[in-house]
Amino acid sequence: MINVIIDGIKVSAPDNASILQAAELAGVKVPTLCYHPDQAIKANCRVCVCEVEGLPLLQAACSTPIRDGMVIRTNTPAVIEARRTILQLILAHHPQDCLNCIRNKNCELQALAEQYAIRENPFELMVRGLPRDTSTPSIVRDPDKCILCRRCEYACSEFQSVNALGLENRGNHAMIVPSLGKDLLESPCVMCGQCIHACPVGAIHENEEIDEFLAAVADPDKIVVTQMAPAVRVAIGEEVGMATGDMDMNVLVTALRQIGFDYVLHTNFTADLTILEEGNELLKRVKEGGKLPMFTSCSPGWINFCETYYPDLLDNLSTCKSPQQMFGALVKTYWAEKMGVDPSKIYSVSIMPCTAKKFEAARPEMNSSGYRDVDLVLTTRELGRLFRMTGLDFSRIAPGKFDSWMGAYTGAAVIFGATGGVMEAALRTVYEVVTGNELKDVNFTFARGMEGIKEAEIDLNGLKVRVAIAHGLANARKVMDQVRAGESPYHFIEIMACPGGCIGGGGQPITKSNAKRAERIEGIYKEDEGLLLRKSHENPEVIQIYEEFLHEPLGHKSHELLHTHYHDKNKKFL
Amino acid sequence: MAEELRLVLKNFGKINPLKVEDYLSAGGYKSLEKARSMNPLEVVEVMKKSGLRGRGGAGFNTGQKWFFAHNIQADEKFVVCNADEGEPGTYKDRIIMENDPHIVLEGMAICGHAIGATQGYIYCRGEYPGVVDTLNTAIAQAKEKGLLGDFNIEVRMGAGAYVCGEETALIESIEGNRGEPRFRPPYPPVAGLWQKPTIVNNVETFANVAQIIEKGAEWFAGIGAKSFPGTKVLTLTGDINKKIFIEVPTDTTIKEVVFGFGGGIPDGKKFKAVQIGGTSGGFIPEEFIETTIDFDSMRKIEATLGSGAVFVIDETRDIVDVVTRIAKFFEHESCGKCAPCREGTMRVHLLMDRINDGKGSQADVALLKKLSRVMASACLCGLGQAAPTPVVTTINHFGMDYHAKVQ
Repeated sequence: MINVIIDGIKVSAPDNASILQAAELAGVKVPTLCYHPDQAIKANCRVCVCEVEGLPLLQAACSTPIRDGMVIRTNTPAVIEARRTILQLILAHHPQDCLNCIRNKNCELQALAEQYAIRENPFELMVRGLPRDTSTPSIVRDPDKCILCRRCEYACSEFQSVNALGLENRGNHAMIVPSLGKDLLESPCVMCGQCIHACPVGAIHENEEIDEFLAAVADPDKIVVTQMAPAVRVAIGEEVGMATGDMDMNVLVTALRQIGFDYVLHTNFTADLTILEEGNELLKRVKEGGKLPMFTSCSPGWINFCETYYPDLLDNLSTCKSPQQMFGALVKTYWAEKMGVDPSKIYSVSIMPCTAKKFEAARPEMNSSGYRDVDLVLTTRELGRLFRMTGLDFSRIAPGKFDSWMGAYTGAAVIFGATGGVMEAALRTVYEVVTGNELKDVNFTFARGMEGIKEAEIDLNGLKVRVAIAHGLANARKVMDQVRAGESPYHFIEIMACPGGCIGGGGQPITKSNAKRAERIEGIYKEDEGLLLRKSHENPEVIQIYEEFLHEPLGHKSHELLHTHYHDKNKKFL
Repeated sequence: MAEELRLVLKNFGKINPLKVEDYLSAGGYKSLEKARSMNPLEVVEVMKKSGLRGRGGAGFNTGQKWFFAHNIQADEKFVVCNADEGEPGTYKDRIIMENDPHIVLEGMAICGHAIGATQGYIYCRGEYPGVVDTLNTAIAQAKEKGLLGDFNIEVRMGAGAYVCGEETALIESIEGNRGEPRFRPPYPPVAGLWQKPTIVNNVETFANVAQIIEKGAEWFAGIGAKSFPGTKVLTLTGDINKKIFIEVPTDTTIKEVVFGFGGGIPDGKKFKAVQIGGTSGGFIPEEFIETTIDFDSMRKIEATLGSGAVFVIDETRDIVDVVTRIAKFFEHESCGKCAPCREGTMRVHLLMDRINDGKGSQADVALLKKLSRVMASACLCGLGQAAPTPVVTTINHFGMDYHAKVQ
């Protein structure tokens, strides 16, 4: 430990601590913009500069390591002048339309402008007037708002290893652009949306589609049906002023009806269905010598990544559609039939923690119901806005119930929302299918937690299955390179594009740290434990759909509605 | 009248730079041999004692820098010669490399021995393709004769960015990355090229090394100014009769440089100011021209020795216009990494333009001063920190010129 004095406060901090970390220990808040707790230090915004006794220049608190006896002042006239001037410089290059910005009241620059009482700016406002990039159905770039903190670049390159964003030009002309100056759609972007979480301002955000939703609700000819991913519940509370994970599922059902949904169903239903299809697919591949290892296919960011960077391994992907798309295909066939409604009138809306889901729903092959299977994808953040628009008081809403036939689910579906969840859910079912015995302890704890790559060997009555789990695409890349080299020891690999799995998805409430993601994961496992049924094959509605409609996993109907194929993105410039 | 003292340029015009035999017969590579017979730490100590300070502009004690790298255990260390020479009006490194490439190679190899590095890089300015050829020829000849032993040197070319003369941006560039400075600490002697201990010294610094090893620390410490011993190669440009390069002891005064060696101002005009050390140097008015050019004396008058560029302007020049052009240069050369430099250099240029066009106000001048203060203290690297110096020094010394232009 090292002793330093910060603003007169004596504090002991770890040897390798930065001034910023030591200040936090001393209870002194130093402002930051380019700093991100889960990223490498950049020290480029210079907003965190402080005075250090004996040094002539101001020092960036984020990058300067403390030394024993260091005397630091974070609040001198020179420091305040520097911070305010730097903020003014940044603001003079930034649009001032906070009122209609998607990050209004959730913007780090806005917060600092408020904190440092920036009123008049001596520097003339010069907004560049750069065009917005609306090329993808998932993510919109608004380069005018970019303050060049480079956090998105880090998230994309270092964390996700996607390398879709980079810096072009220099000086005052420098800007973050998709690779090789193309638009986002042509770049290797996988639409995971991690850049959105990294962005301190509104320079990159989801393609917001709440107007489309409101129009559908207003249309009397439309039957507006929702499905909702398991990761949404544990995070949506954050959007409406509740603690993470505190939203009650049944309250949420009522709230969804309040904002205009005619039927509230659950993606969890098709998550359970996925386990039956995917589990049987795995067993078939193992028994019949099919392509192994098999990769999960429910994360659309991961699918984009595989199609972009590993087109040679597309045959390793499970052919199962994601739960969202299985749901979409079934709601306009099976469910419409059960309900006796005209499928052309169904407007199928999914609520997802994910930006890549918007792209997935728009894929031309996702129309096996004869219609576009999923008409609209709203992210958790967009749902939050709809809730706030209605002024719902969640403490006074009466709990409701999911509608039938595609609303029932088990704990196995719930854990899809966390990294390792699909693996654990699959093992719960595969174990019983293979061994014929009841699985007493359903908890496969090796699969849980934030470790980048997890692995295990599972003994299914002598059949040894080696499995691995990766979340975050840089981790996925490690596992994939092993497969490509022919050195992968695994049979089955779960990959989720986002950190922590879907709970850390690009459509979730803006999150800066892994600590928040861990909280959401906790909410997921708590929900799983509270449920009576925790194995997908015990879901009564899943049993029913096989009896009435699908007949058997991997059967003809399944093939038609629940399975898909993949495309080499053919981005030859990579 | 003061006289030139050619130490780093001792072989200038006397040897054929493309013939290593010439360098050898002038006593070349004897110092390397001598250094290699010494314990590396001894070499570092000699360098420290000599008092040699970096000739690239920052003026850090060379031996001290080497000591940091020497002192660290690492599987690999590097020696990098900064030959980016992007400072407008500076061409001293070119003169050295063109005329005596081996003196640089020898200095680098001695450094390699001192710190325990076997790989060196010369990062040469992209606009110097001829120099690159000379260096490559010299390296090939030295290798052929086995003069460098196990020390390898590769030449890497810059691509024209001014900021790549900044040592950490230079390192990024060698690594193949965008030429952007890194934050410090860690400093390159601790974690530099590929995060390994790295010594980055200027061409002229390395050119001093062999003679220090040959003649000893005391000999060198006795030359020129006490706190900044040795000589400095200066390049004289602007409104001066003799646009030449000279090498003088560091206790030479500005006046001797401009009016002695440079022959004064042409056409009988009066001296107005001299900017020393390159484009980010301070403008020095007549009242300070008795100052000696050494680092610390220059620092005292809020000026720099920098690279040794000496840019003189006469009384007929519009100094506000000159500084406006300099401001444009920095806006163009800012890498864009840190906010105060990226935005600040652009605003300084804008404000200078406005004042220069007669549309500025006293408030603009005041804002320039504040902005300069913030940039000088808060920017990430030397480029942004030094960029406002010409503005501040001219406002301070030639305030009337600004006053005459503002409304």
